[in-house]
Amino acid sequence: MAEAFSVVGKPLTKPDAFGKVSGQVKFADDLSLPRMLYGRLLRSPYPHARVLHVDTSRARKLPGVLAVLTGDDLPVKFGILPVSQDEEALAREKVRYVGDPIAAVAATDEWIADEALDLIDVQFTELPHFMSIQEALAGQGEPIHGLSNVHKAVALEFGDTDAAIRAAEHVREDIVFFEGNTHLPMEQHAAVAQYAADGKLTLWTSSQTPHYVHRALGKVLDLPMSRIRVIATPNGGGFGGKSDIFAHELVAAKLAIATARPVKITLTREEVFYAHRGRHPVLMKVKTGFTRGGQITAMQFQSFLDGGGYGSYGVASTYYTGALQATTYAIPRYRFEGVRLFTNKPPCGPKRGHGTPQPRFALEIHFDKVAEELGLDPVELRRRNLPSPDSQTVNWLRITSCGLEDCINKVVEGSRFLERRTSMPLGRGLMPHSEVQLKLDRNGGVLVLCGAIDIGQGSDHILAAIVAEVLGVALDDIQLTTADTDLTPIDLGSYSSRVTFMAGNAAKAAAETVRDRLFRVVARSLHCDADELMARDHRIYRSDRPAEGLIFAQAVQLAEAESGVVTGSGSYTPPKLAGPYKGSGVGPSPAYSYSAAVVEVDCDLKTGEVKVPEVWIAHDIGRAINPMLVIGQVEGSVYIIARVQEPDGARSARHAHLPG
Amino acid sequence: MSIADKVAVRLRVNGEDTAIMVPPYKTLLEVLREDLGLTGTKHGCELGECSMCGVLVDGKPFLSCLAMPLDLEGRDVMTIEGMARGRHPHPLQAAFAELGAAQCGYCTPAMLLTAKALLDREPRPSREAIKAALSGVLCRCTGYLKIFEAVELAVSRGADG
Ligand code: FES
Ligand code: FES
Repeated sequence: MAEAFSVVGKPLTKPDAFGKVSGQVKFADDLSLPRMLYGRLLRSPYPHARVLHVDTSRARKLPGVLAVLTGDDLPVKFGILPVSQDEEALAREKVRYVGDPIAAVAATDEWIADEALDLIDVQFTELPHFMSIQEALAGQGEPIHGLSNVHKAVALEFGDTDAAIRAAEHVREDIVFFEGNTHLPMEQHAAVAQYAADGKLTLWTSSQTPHYVHRALGKVLDLPMSRIRVIATPNGGGFGGKSDIFAHELVAAKLAIATARPVKITLTREEVFYAHRGRHPVLMKVKTGFTRGGQITAMQFQSFLDGGGYGSYGVASTYYTGALQATTYAIPRYRFEGVRLFTNKPPCGPKRGHGTPQPRFALEIHFDKVAEELGLDPVELRRRNLPSPDSQTVNWLRITSCGLEDCINKVVEGSRFLERRTSMPLGRGLMPHSEVQLKLDRNGGVLVLCGAIDIGQGSDHILAAIVAEVLGVALDDIQLTTADTDLTPIDLGSYSSRVTFMAGNAAKAAAETVRDRLFRVVARSLHCDADELMARDHRIYRSDRPAEGLIFAQAVQLAEAESGVVTGSGSYTPPKLAGPYKGSGVGPSPAYSYSAAVVEVDCDLKTGEVKVPEVWIAHDIGRAINPMLVIGQVEGSVYIIARVQEPDGARSARHAHLPG
Repeated sequence: MSIADKVAVRLRVNGEDTAIMVPPYKTLLEVLREDLGLTGTKHGCELGECSMCGVLVDGKPFLSCLAMPLDLEGRDVMTIEGMARGRHPHPLQAAFAELGAAQCGYCTPAMLLTAKALLDREPRPSREAIKAALSGVLCRCTGYLKIFEAVELAVSRGADG
């Protein structure tokens, strides 16, 4: 077949595009319900303090205030990871960063709510605070949690790295610090909660992970999950920053229950910085042994993560700073030691490439220096250490395809790098479990139910395109319902670039189940074998005799007449890939994508001001379901990392606050 | 807030005259979104930094988070809801949709209106002029390239149409 696909691989307009350009797409804060109240959170002005007393009596008396909550109203702790249930919706004994929520108000408008916050009296005793990795390690004063500021310490060794480094022909050690940064989605987080007379709680929220929010609401509010419905609204940018469970979501729900009226909480831009969960600042030490020819013989890597006040995804982040070194380059012996520290700052979490850009940054700097010492050009050093396709890394990660060499070649040629300088490859990969359900109607329309929310990356389009391709229908025939815990099957969330692969495979499986059923009915009516059939252009027909076939809708009608509504489900569970050691669950991926980039940097030697005139980047991503969306993702990711392409004259200094 | 504390405001929005009673401290952004139900206008800071709240006033880009509706009586306000001609999207809207210039879509309303203001005054702008015009509207998703290309596509199709 000359044209193998009719939908996949085409730069088609995504289904939600016209909703977006017309301003009709409803983000969480665009929702408004009759009798809705506005909620606001009182936040800590101190980085570390004991909360002695919260007096809400004056706030409660203010006309227009319908409810005031404190930590005692929501005493159950929660956290995104089962091992880190250390957060409270409203702090009870202690606050751990400036912005840690303490109390909440629901009022008839936001001005009254704000006024009420001013009327809440909180007595604090300040505690010594820890604002950096070094201060947290020195540990002068009461630890932030428990007995020490060490949140998580991990140590892994694969092979005898000490011996190999002693024997190495060339050894280099570098210490590198990667400053943290935040996602800065243009949409501030918002949540609207409604508690109906029948006792059902519904929460609309700007979340990448509605099923986790669902679970946390059940736990913290002590309600059966079946009485809670979480609907993720389209995210006005996510980048990982909306993939946690946030205090305002739990508080909005509790306020709605307390007042029996809908409650909306929209964070201000300032509060978005407190919500954070951004990329961890990481202090790293890397020591690598090489042969004279530039081949790696062993690596020892240490990372210290500045975690902020709570656990969040931090245990996973810690492992990630050490997990993927050996997938990018072949490292025969490897030791990793990682420590995440609590500090009195907003909690860190995942941001575009969870926990892996920091070590990548350190390694590439390190390798450039080694290349110079060995008299090799930096590209050549990388070429000499490429991982092989279909291999296993020393830390038990299975590499399938590997396009790193192609990526390097492309950007090196494209940028005429060898006449210039600097190089930086990058690897990533990740996690499990998606399900998709389909329901076909008699007119040939297809309803797709999937738990994954579109955060701007175009996942709605990907799901629709895959289903349309398998069933041989058009994008317009697909109706999507996503990320609604009442209606859609479970999905772990829209993060870590997992939706296309995980939910996409689930959608493909669901569509194939349905297609098989249709093929069976059509085969019977055409007196042929099901495997002689194909689905395309709204028809199901014999591939060798295309004239013989049925219109898609007729096939659906036939199947429905035979055995009821045509539905089907499909799921994706990644293969068991983890190695035989604790922490091995972080890092395995059914397929790694590789990337290489050349970045041209102009630096003003007097002021240190840096400009990035041009970036060449190549990605090994497998098949593009929609190349236009892929290019959009790549361009956006380059921009968000390098702050390049900023339109001239932009108020750039305020745009994003830190490098990375 | 009792009715006595509210003020009457007359606004002309998307070609329609409206009169409403609102608290005098409400910004145009809030009145558009909360009182007129025009939620296509977004917010990202409410401090005049991000331009998510951009609308057109008498055809010029205007930050609705900094404007008081009382000051705008008798002026012409256009929001994203007023950009299409009936069922037909404005050429800029079509080009943004086709080229994937709206990723999350949150900056899109302000970006489109700002681009429209540019094309209305300069029908064939250079890439540099497009960059300069859109520079204040922050987009965190796209890296801007698709946005610039979409404006150019609309220009090539005759965006004033
Ligand atoms: S909301 Fe940011 S400039 Fe108006
Ligand atoms: S498309 Fe998301 S901010 Fe511009």
